[in-house]
Amino acid sequence: MEATIHLTVDGTDRSVDVDTRTTLLDALRERVGVTSPKKGCDHGQCGSCTVLLDGRRHLTCLAIAVAYDGAEIVTADGLGGADLHPVQQAFLDHDGFQCGYCTPGQVCSAVGAIDEAKQGRPSHVTDDLEADVQLTDDEIRERMSGNLCRCGAYPGILAAVREAAQG
Amino acid sequence: MTVEQQTTPLRVHSVGSRLDRVDGIEKVTGRATYAVEHGESAGIVDPLHVWLVQSTVARGRVVGVDSRAALAHPDVVGVVDHTSSPRLADTDNGELAILQDAEVHFRGQIVALVLAETPEAAREGAALVEVSYDEEPHEAELREDNATHRPDSVNPDMDTDTDEGDVDAALADAAIVVEQSYRTAYEHNNPLEPHATTAWWTEEDGRDVLSMFDSSQGVHGVVQALAPMLALDPDQVRVRAPYVGGGFGSKGEAHAHVMAAALAARTTGGRPVRLAVTRQQMFALTGYRTATISHLRLGADADGRLTAIEHRVQEQTSRVREFAEQTGSPARMMYAAPHRRTSHRLAVLDVAVPSWMRAPGEMPGMYAHEVAMDELAVSCGVDPIELRIRNEPDTDPETGKPFNDRRLPDCLRRGAERFGWSSRPSEPRATRDGEWWVGTGVASATYPAMRMPGNAARVSALDGGRYAVGIGCVDIGTGARTVLTQIAADALGVPPDHVDLDIADTRLPPASVAGGSSGTSSWGSAIVAAAQRFRADHGDRPDAGVETTASAAADPAAEEYAFHSFGAVFAEARVHRWTGEIRVPRLLGAYSVGRVVNPVTARSQLVGGLVMGLSAGLFEESWRDPRFGHVVTQDLATYHVASHADVLDVDAEWLDEADELFTPMGSRGIGEIGIVGTAAAVANATHHATGVRVRSIPITADRFLE
Repeated sequence: MEATIHLTVDGTDRSVDVDTRTTLLDALRERVGVTSPKKGCDHGQCGSCTVLLDGRRHLTCLAIAVAYDGAEIVTADGLGGADLHPVQQAFLDHDGFQCGYCTPGQVCSAVGAIDEAKQGRPSHVTDDLEADVQLTDDEIRERMSGNLCRCGAYPGILAAVREAAQG
Repeated sequence: MTVEQQTTPLRVHSVGSRLDRVDGIEKVTGRATYAVEHGESAGIVDPLHVWLVQSTVARGRVVGVDSRAALAHPDVVGVVDHTSSPRLADTDNGELAILQDAEVHFRGQIVALVLAETPEAAREGAALVEVSYDEEPHEAELREDNATHRPDSVNPDMDTDTDEGDVDAALADAAIVVEQSYRTAYEHNNPLEPHATTAWWTEEDGRDVLSMFDSSQGVHGVVQALAPMLALDPDQVRVRAPYVGGGFGSKGEAHAHVMAAALAARTTGGRPVRLAVTRQQMFALTGYRTATISHLRLGADADGRLTAIEHRVQEQTSRVREFAEQTGSPARMMYAAPHRRTSHRLAVLDVAVPSWMRAPGEMPGMYAHEVAMDELAVSCGVDPIELRIRNEPDTDPETGKPFNDRRLPDCLRRGAERFGWSSRPSEPRATRDGEWWVGTGVASATYPAMRMPGNAARVSALDGGRYAVGIGCVDIGTGARTVLTQIAADALGVPPDHVDLDIADTRLPPASVAGGSSGTSSWGSAIVAAAQRFRADHGDRPDAGVETTASAAADPAAEEYAFHSFGAVFAEARVHRWTGEIRVPRLLGAYSVGRVVNPVTARSQLVGGLVMGLSAGLFEESWRDPRFGHVVTQDLATYHVASHADVLDVDAEWLDEADELFTPMGSRGIGEIGIVGTAAAVANATHHATGVRVRSIPITADRFLE
């Protein structure tokens, strides 16, 4: 069964015909042709497909496209407009990647995580639930743990997120 | 025409300095295009999607493939099985010769392909194909009593067994004997990009041409594997891999899905096909590291000087295609002992084909050997670092040749100083911090330096003092695109931004696989050779358009030496006294790897190896159910790899050195050594923390509660 949905992807309005079983990830990759979000597991276990969906980080492989009619999606490719987003620049400066496959998801997740901390949202390792959240190294590691990197670039990613969060 | 050029050592300017990855922006934005992300700009128009149908029995024969329901699906275009598949001209490679007969060799084998207009329809179509089997008894469990097959050689072409001196007599006379068995788990490489291939057939000048974008560590190797099977000349197959999302050995050779894409595309009348292997399918189809059982016997005098080393290995292969991991190989060259024996025996099982995974041989072998060395240190009452230094050989124990720069003691001492080893209590279970037992451990690392034959590079002059440099190698995330740009720049005597490097296409000069830590050495030497020959032929002010293709001649002087890299890995472990939870707050590797071409990409590779070694030590374990023959932990929720929260202070450093006898760049290769010895260092640290000796990996919390 097919349905037509409307998405804003990196600032561009898109009308997309999807199977009602199509994930948001497959809608982007196979039907819109936006391949910045990656498919690493298709089961919400690796984080490679992370985008900002209506302003919050979201796994697109666990989202059924028809449920997101009208959504605004920002991928890593649309984060910085013509320039690089500061998080992306920090990833470059700290070599927070190797093969690059998990990287767009890591970048979107980092942008989301920094924003969540600014809003005071606690994580599993936050001691004081009432106080402002300080993005310590342990907080960053915890908040980024939904994004696997098999190249093991975690120390570089940590340094990048730490720097971007302070900037 | 390719000429052979004797190289001279590179005069380094960019080499040895930081250069940000030349493909970094593409990667942080996601604009980099991986194997099934190519669209109309690359000529991929209106592709079909292929889904694999896999066997549900471990051994037997397919007696029927009922595709009627699948073909009735409005978006399913075709079903290919062993009765309808295009025929292959050569079926010797049992892993790649799919859909040629009814035999089922392992559970998860490809038994049919479904082609459809959308991925959803392809997947549904695959579920609608009904395959019936004549099932036969199978064997899928590695045990000590069935791992008895002696292979003719072990990977890549090493002796299966070695025996020098009289090990049994030396052990009988030894003051101290360590005799233990160690096990490593089945491991799956799990690069973050699942294996994937885009394939299409065209006709050019009356000849069939197969084109592919493949997620591969070596595009030329894919052509060498597929072309003869498809009865094509090598120039009738073109493979490109501009971006590859990691491989760790699992993309080193073409696996069955690549042939599946080629065969599926053969049936479409020229329409391209996309075949993306799912994460679950990877556990059956794209290679893995065998589990290993290492029986170690070390004999030593009272001061810990080894007199005998015996390393007997038991592991598994698959009945359909043999792969024997060289787990005993490091025991042949690591330490001085006059009496040494190694052997490899395999269980031949009805299972998926094992293959390369980062540092095949050295990773499981050095895990076992280095935990045994820690046990010997405890038995002798000798500091583990001192024990290793006491057993340094004067020459390579395996070949008798002198080592060119064996600097293991320097690595041990330098790492020890930075890690603060001198303050370590000699006794285990000596430090508790709150509810945590705390300890430290060390292990040696080694990896052979390898330069592969069959590499050539092309240098062409462009306008404005710029140069195009081409070689058909692949950057799987290592930074090859960046460091080869630096090497080419220095070899030509120009800044890196004057070099246009072109890689990852079989239309370019041949290159060996990105594996065995051989890439930079092999490809870089070819680039230096081509650049030096280019300058000799065309001078410093060449006309635009002139070009030279050359390969590096072997240096006869290098035959006199044994070339290996070395390292020392230090770990701190904390083990919770009540729950057994294990944390590794510090992990440090100190390495001797020749000259580091780019300190940024090198650090990332070494740290990445340490992280994967930590992951192997604590988490990674594939569980095969011997009743059914398949791996049940077939996703990233059940096959655990290290995540952000598991990786604390991990760092690598290296000695300032250059091995110009090995390569003109002075480099020796760094891709594998970070994983070698790391699990042993972690294991030894958990013993020092708790006094409990765990002799298998992954080390899990329950082992400290028994």
